[in-house]
Amino acid sequence: MNRLRYGLLEHRGTLLAGAVFVVLFSVYIANYQTGLNAAVATTVANKGVLLAIVAMAQTLPVLTAGLDLSVGMVFVLANCIASAVVVGSPLETAFGIVVVLAAGLACGLLNGLVIVYGRLQPIITTLATGAIYYGLALWLRPVPGGDINSDLADALTGQLPGGIPSMLAVLLAVVLLVWVPFRNSVTGRAALAVGSSEQASYMSGIPIERVKLVTYALSGLLAAIAGLLLTFVTYSGEASSSIGGTYTLNSIAAVVIGGTSLMGGYGSAIGSIFGAFVLRTIGDLLFVLDLDPLWQPLFQGMILLVAVSLSALRLLKIRNRLDLFS
Amino acid sequence: MQAVSSAPMLEMTGVSKRFGGVQALSNVDFACGTREIHALLGENGAGKSTLIKIMAGVFRPDSGCMVLGGEEMKFATPRDATAAGIACIFQELSLMPHLSVADNIAITDPPRRFGFIDGRAQRRIAEEALARAGAEDINPYAPVSSLPLSRRQMVEIAKALARNPRLLILDEATSALTAADVARVFQVLKRLRSEGLAIIYISHRMSEIAELADHCSVFRNGRHVATFAKGEKTDMQVVEMMIGRELSHAFPPKPKHGTNGAKPVLETRALSWEERLRDISIAVKPGEIFGLGGLDGQGQMEMLLALFGALRSVSGEILVEGRPVMLSSPESAKRCGIGIALIPEDRKTDGLMLPMSVRDNLTFAALDDISAAGVISSRAESTAVADMVRLLGIRMSDASSAVATLSGGNQQKVVIAKWLLTKPGIVLLNDPTRGIDVGTKQEMYQLLRRLADEGSAIIFYSTDYNELIGCCDRVAVFYDGRIVRLLAGDEITERALVSSALNIPAADVAAAEARPPV
Repeated sequence: MNRLRYGLLEHRGTLLAGAVFVVLFSVYIANYQTGLNAAVATTVANKGVLLAIVAMAQTLPVLTAGLDLSVGMVFVLANCIASAVVVGSPLETAFGIVVVLAAGLACGLLNGLVIVYGRLQPIITTLATGAIYYGLALWLRPVPGGDINSDLADALTGQLPGGIPSMLAVLLAVVLLVWVPFRNSVTGRAALAVGSSEQASYMSGIPIERVKLVTYALSGLLAAIAGLLLTFVTYSGEASSSIGGTYTLNSIAAVVIGGTSLMGGYGSAIGSIFGAFVLRTIGDLLFVLDLDPLWQPLFQGMILLVAVSLSALRLLKIRNRLDLFS
Repeated sequence: MQAVSSAPMLEMTGVSKRFGGVQALSNVDFACGTREIHALLGENGAGKSTLIKIMAGVFRPDSGCMVLGGEEMKFATPRDATAAGIACIFQELSLMPHLSVADNIAITDPPRRFGFIDGRAQRRIAEEALARAGAEDINPYAPVSSLPLSRRQMVEIAKALARNPRLLILDEATSALTAADVARVFQVLKRLRSEGLAIIYISHRMSEIAELADHCSVFRNGRHVATFAKGEKTDMQVVEMMIGRELSHAFPPKPKHGTNGAKPVLETRALSWEERLRDISIAVKPGEIFGLGGLDGQGQMEMLLALFGALRSVSGEILVEGRPVMLSSPESAKRCGIGIALIPEDRKTDGLMLPMSVRDNLTFAALDDISAAGVISSRAESTAVADMVRLLGIRMSDASSAVATLSGGNQQKVVIAKWLLTKPGIVLLNDPTRGIDVGTKQEMYQLLRRLADEGSAIIFYSTDYNELIGCCDRVAVFYDGRIVRLLAGDEITERALVSSALNIPAADVAAAEARPPV
């Protein structure tokens, strides 16, 4: 019983974000002319999964009380690389995918190395490295273009037998192959510990440097996975700074809506996935409710404010004013 | 008395460590055997903390060597020390607040299955460790942030035990604990000693050391002064070794008949808050030192916070100089009537902005008095700072140096000075001498009495009974949020304090006193 209570407490952010998504999505479907069918679900999934995976990438550094402003740029860089190498025979395509993922891992590792051994603040470090990654992307693709293995792209942006969007299956695979093992590993536990109290972690004999390196490297890998998927959706590569910037900022918003604390130590990538889908659904809602899409940023901002306010609700219950600051 | 085995578990020879211009340790020799509890004594800044931080791998010594279990050790990080079988329980907690109790206990080396953390095994380890520490009441799934300070300290102890150390170091580990927990921890430590551990124990409480330690080593100014076996020296001899001078009267004399005629400056009527304060009514007169006694965590801290406007939804009345006041924040308490000041318990979080200078910290609470039209007068500031540094004897290199560079005792003086600058008529103190060296403590007692003589009303919460006996004119003993007994003058004895803290009816105590000793 206690276990259930503490479990609910631990996952309250994720559960709340999931509930908000279900409500918003139900309103959307109720107002959509055809209701829910495989085609609608696939469109939603193809739009939402990209941000969901970038938001997962953002979650990892945030758990350690860091921040990664380069996720959007790694996402764009991976898109540009993929549009050049993920082509040809199945073997060549597979090799190309490995190259894209390795590039993302390398970007993340570089972030981690500079932050850990340069002892620099994550926010400035990743602002700078993000610009470098964008420069590389621009160098690779001065103008939009390129190509991608279209058989694979069609398969991944389509549906599985039974009408389930393939992208959701990809998302599930990423969760099961990256997040779940990370969360249950000693390194994942240590990442939360570092976010909760770095000094206490050091005194507990946790290898803080290694933990941060792994965290940022995984973040780069996840951003590259999202960039690869973007290429499957658009069939091309584009070094767009606006895409990179938007995804970075939206990823932070999704992390917050998903209930993860920007102060570190508490949260979950699953919550961030819901957060990303909440953000995406807001745009779709405006469409079916026949509102001008120009309203979208305003509504997203309001949802974000509500999300932040929800996490501040506990302040109303506080009877000892000193607890306001802890 | 336990026989101390011949081969020491830990032997340090010729250890020196310098920080900038300060020689923290010079040429220290130290040894601790198996089946031994070895107490380290010394004022703050004497080098005890540096010595154990070297053992724990936090600092590397400039010279000297350390042998553990017959092998020479060179630790680069706390991780190395942990691997070698050294576990430390520090004054500053080493817990991750967001993680659960079980996560924290197992954090150094969580049990794994197929490479992933095994939650069930971890829970078992946590439960065993909590049981070993005598804290079975703590739920292993609870997040550490939900536990009160004394329970967290028990988790900290369980965490150290879970590593099965060869050498266990406790640095002021009991100062946050309740008396019942201290007794349990002592049992655990005695059992561990009989199991063959070497235990190094730092405490400022002489009674704890007398009960536990087989050997004591005294440090002063970074040097090892003496090591002696239990019972060889009296408390006073030990204190003299620690401070290196004759100890004058520890407590200043109390006025014989002081404040009978005066009207109370601070009164509470039926003050209640949540479940922590029940129906508290007191009246404190100017010139009086009013103690709050009882076991730790019976509502004394909440009482001070309520008087300082830090609690919401307090019921009952607070009267300052006879007029009811509404205290909605510490700021309103500061400005209220004759002014209220609170010297907080934790100077590092509630009292000081550690990276800022001594000067900035000193004048924070009184900026209004030294500024005109929102601009701080640097001349008035310098004068105020110089006055306070002189008044309290704050030892520092320069007023512009960061307050974090001062020793604990001097930091505490800065906290007090900061509030004295606001010229408060009512001073609330929340266990201000915790973790402070003997010399500074005495200066503080003198200061409190001087403030009272100058007409302030002082409310003094202390976990140290000797302080309450030595300093206070009256003591209200708290139990479960209520005042169970109000002691005045000669009634304030250790026996009365302890018995009422445990809520033993006064009649029983009187009966026990009447009976001849067995």
